[in-house]
Amino acid sequence: MFDELRDLYQEVVFDHNRNPRNFRVMEDATRKIDGFNPLCGDRITLYVKVHDNVIEDVSFQGSGCAISTASASLMTEIVRGHTEEETHEIFELFHRIVTGEDSRTNFDELGKLAVLAGVRAYPARVKCATLAWHSLEAALKEDAETVSTE
Amino acid sequence: MIATFDVARIRQDFPILGETIHGKPLIYLDNAASTQKPKAVLDTLLHVYEHDYANVHRGVHTLSQRATDLFEGAREKIRAFINARDIKEIIFVRGTTEAVNLVAQSYGRSSLQAGDEILITAMEHHSNIVPWQMLCQQTGAVLKVAPINLAGEIIMEEFEALLTERTKLVSVVHMSNALGTINPVKRIVEIAHAKGVPVMLDGAQAIPHMPVDVQALDCDFYAFSGHKLCGPSGIGVLYGKEALLKAMPPWQGGGDMIRMVTFAKSEYNTLPYKFEAGTPAIAEAIGLGAAVDYLQTIGMDKVAAYEQLLLDYATQKALEIPALKIIGIANDKGAILSFTLHHIHPHDIGTMLDQLGIAVRAGHHCAMPVMDFFGVPATARASFSFYNTVEEVDVLIDGIKQIIEVFG
Repeated sequence: MFDELRDLYQEVVFDHNRNPRNFRVMEDATRKIDGFNPLCGDRITLYVKVHDNVIEDVSFQGSGCAISTASASLMTEIVRGHTEEETHEIFELFHRIVTGEDSRTNFDELGKLAVLAGVRAYPARVKCATLAWHSLEAALKEDAETVSTE
Repeated sequence: MIATFDVARIRQDFPILGETIHGKPLIYLDNAASTQKPKAVLDTLLHVYEHDYANVHRGVHTLSQRATDLFEGAREKIRAFINARDIKEIIFVRGTTEAVNLVAQSYGRSSLQAGDEILITAMEHHSNIVPWQMLCQQTGAVLKVAPINLAGEIIMEEFEALLTERTKLVSVVHMSNALGTINPVKRIVEIAHAKGVPVMLDGAQAIPHMPVDVQALDCDFYAFSGHKLCGPSGIGVLYGKEALLKAMPPWQGGGDMIRMVTFAKSEYNTLPYKFEAGTPAIAEAIGLGAAVDYLQTIGMDKVAAYEQLLLDYATQKALEIPALKIIGIANDKGAILSFTLHHIHPHDIGTMLDQLGIAVRAGHHCAMPVMDFFGVPATARASFSFYNTVEEVDVLIDGIKQIIEVFG
């Protein structure tokens, strides 16, 4: 019945929604930020540990839809070990693809994140997929304010 | 009841109900956000623009007179619809939000002082919270909030206790958009009036679902939006008792709200025009008049009874789903089913139901404090209208069951 939605709700998304990775408080985080999507009320608290410009660990807490939870979960796995600049580049690429700005259909560069590419067919859900990323961007800029997707 | 309510025939009046979404027949259950428009309203809008359109209250030419007559005719229809005493008490505004802002900025600003209190409830829409917070910042008045219980009803003892000699205005939602609760507004008005406090009612959700008689309610202000009442968007109504409106200063200045202007001073127009600066939403007001005519051919008491039946059926079916939790279980409740599903976020519910052709709202419903109270980030909300059917409820319930299965 929901076959048409398979592009959006892939098995990996369900898996990360059910068992989000790095879903924990990080006591020794070097940066912590609250993200908020005022449209739907989704909230995320992101913990980041950066050392010598390298992201050593990322974790999160909060409540959100399957797309936003899976996106946050995947993000914490993917950015670990990358420099801040590399992380920014991954975000830029991811953002272009989920907003449809980059219309390619080959997502090799995105790795696991490719499972979220289907979001671009659902403009109302793009913000769900990018909330965690916007929060991470803000955390890396050490922007202390609560970030909003608006 | 169903026998006397010919919903199949009524549905033919709404062209949009023939749409398909993702290949499925549209099931429109987002009526609390906005209702669909019957052909009578659509035809009226087109007819106005094709035959009767000009600016109102201005020209000596025939077309301006014709537009004015239709525009003022709509005002009279709305007066009769809510049983106001006089057309002077019917102010056209953009919608409920603007009506609340008008009362806050005109009545509130001219009569409230530092330390005075405005009393609202914990189930208000943001539009009945923020204008008062702005007024409090401007005047030093204090916003008081009467609490609600877990069923989503105002705790009346607490409400009464918060009504003191400092209270200068009460503003309460007639029917909650997030919970469906129908508040005992007649009783609220009585209690407040006993202490000499005027009452504003936010009728945005109530007026599409039940007969409203402002004289019987004895409220001082009543606000509603046209677009939730099968009318066009961009038009709404503020009802106010004449004596209050008369004493209030204008809110916005401009054309139409004045009688005489010199650079030294201006003399304001009489009611209702004093509060209608600028060219109004002419065709929309006339369209709202047509919507009111249409609803009266059906009868608001019949609408209320039929929708109650739909709600009872939907509630009963929803209760059979163990993972489903209904948010808002007031005794007196309008046709709104706000719910959460264990472990499935409302946004995911919304996207999946949409795939089945079902339009529901997923989110905080512009009532974040209500969501906080119930400890949920959001709910999914199916809100019914008289053109919905029992069969549509069945498709909704079946859809919810499928979602639970897919999410595992």
